[in-house]
Amino acid sequence: MLELLKQPWPWYTSGAAIAFIMVLLLVYGKSFGVSSNLRTLCTIAGAGKKVKFFDFDWKTQKWNLLFLLGSILGGVVASTLLKSDEPLQLSAATISDLKGLGIAFDGGLNPSQLFGPDFITSPKGILILLIGGILVGFGARYAGGCTSGHAISGLSNLQIPSLVAVIGFFMGGLIMTHFVLPLIF
Amino acid sequence: MKGLKFIIAGLLFGVIMAKSEAISWYRIQEMFRFQSFHMYGIIGTAVVLGVIAVYLIKKFRLRDIQGNVISFQDKDRSWPRYIIGGTIFGLGWALTGACPGPMFVNVGYGYWAMLIVIFGALMGTYLYGLLKDKIPH
Repeated sequence: MLELLKQPWPWYTSGAAIAFIMVLLLVYGKSFGVSSNLRTLCTIAGAGKKVKFFDFDWKTQKWNLLFLLGSILGGVVASTLLKSDEPLQLSAATISDLKGLGIAFDGGLNPSQLFGPDFITSPKGILILLIGGILVGFGARYAGGCTSGHAISGLSNLQIPSLVAVIGFFMGGLIMTHFVLPLIF
Repeated sequence: MKGLKFIIAGLLFGVIMAKSEAISWYRIQEMFRFQSFHMYGIIGTAVVLGVIAVYLIKKFRLRDIQGNVISFQDKDRSWPRYIIGGTIFGLGWALTGACPGPMFVNVGYGYWAMLIVIFGALMGTYLYGLLKDKIPH
């Protein structure tokens, strides 16, 4: 059983499990959405004293912070107990495209060229990861949700605004992938 | 402990995201280059099953564990915020290969560099709070 779980999980298992988690949180009386934790963390850091948007009782969001804590632990479990020894099965076309950008496929989840010690101690590396984070954080709150809140919870509830947000996610992703990344790397 | 069930739900989420490689920068690149069905399969399966589940919850007026009928909030009907905010989000998603959940799962996995991305995401969230009343929604 453990050997089976150690292998990379197929997409249908993952998709079904994500839907299960969304339903589980509904049964708990909550709504699945990860990015609101970023707002909560700003509030805990004291942002509510200066900016009204952060002035709310963060304790109502304690459950979501616990969910976030659990997801970090999930990462720990996946990289230890359930660690797979096989390299990621990335498509040959992507490997070749990334090679064209000068980013090597090293078989891991994330390229060491972008997340390894050399890159993250260089000014360019810090700037790229920081700006990427700022775009995600700003965009998620502006759009009122991220992949979990809009693509999963919102679309499951047939919300047209969520569909528009997801179309936006893809527009931004395509622009970054096909037009901006070649300029950066 | 009342909070334990949320930690366990999060743990399950983290394991799923990591084991199906949805937290992988490479997989996100593959998705935005339309070179594999993998990520579309994950999101597609989750949405199809999610739609069915929400439909059934509404139809049978199912209750949560506190005994309240499970209700759904409609999103505000306006467009600029979803299209502009969504596009900004997508730019960052493709650059870092991580949306908010996977950022944290990645840290657990041992990718410490994601802490820089998380710090950026907190800055971005704060920036939104500052500018909220000045930008179109």
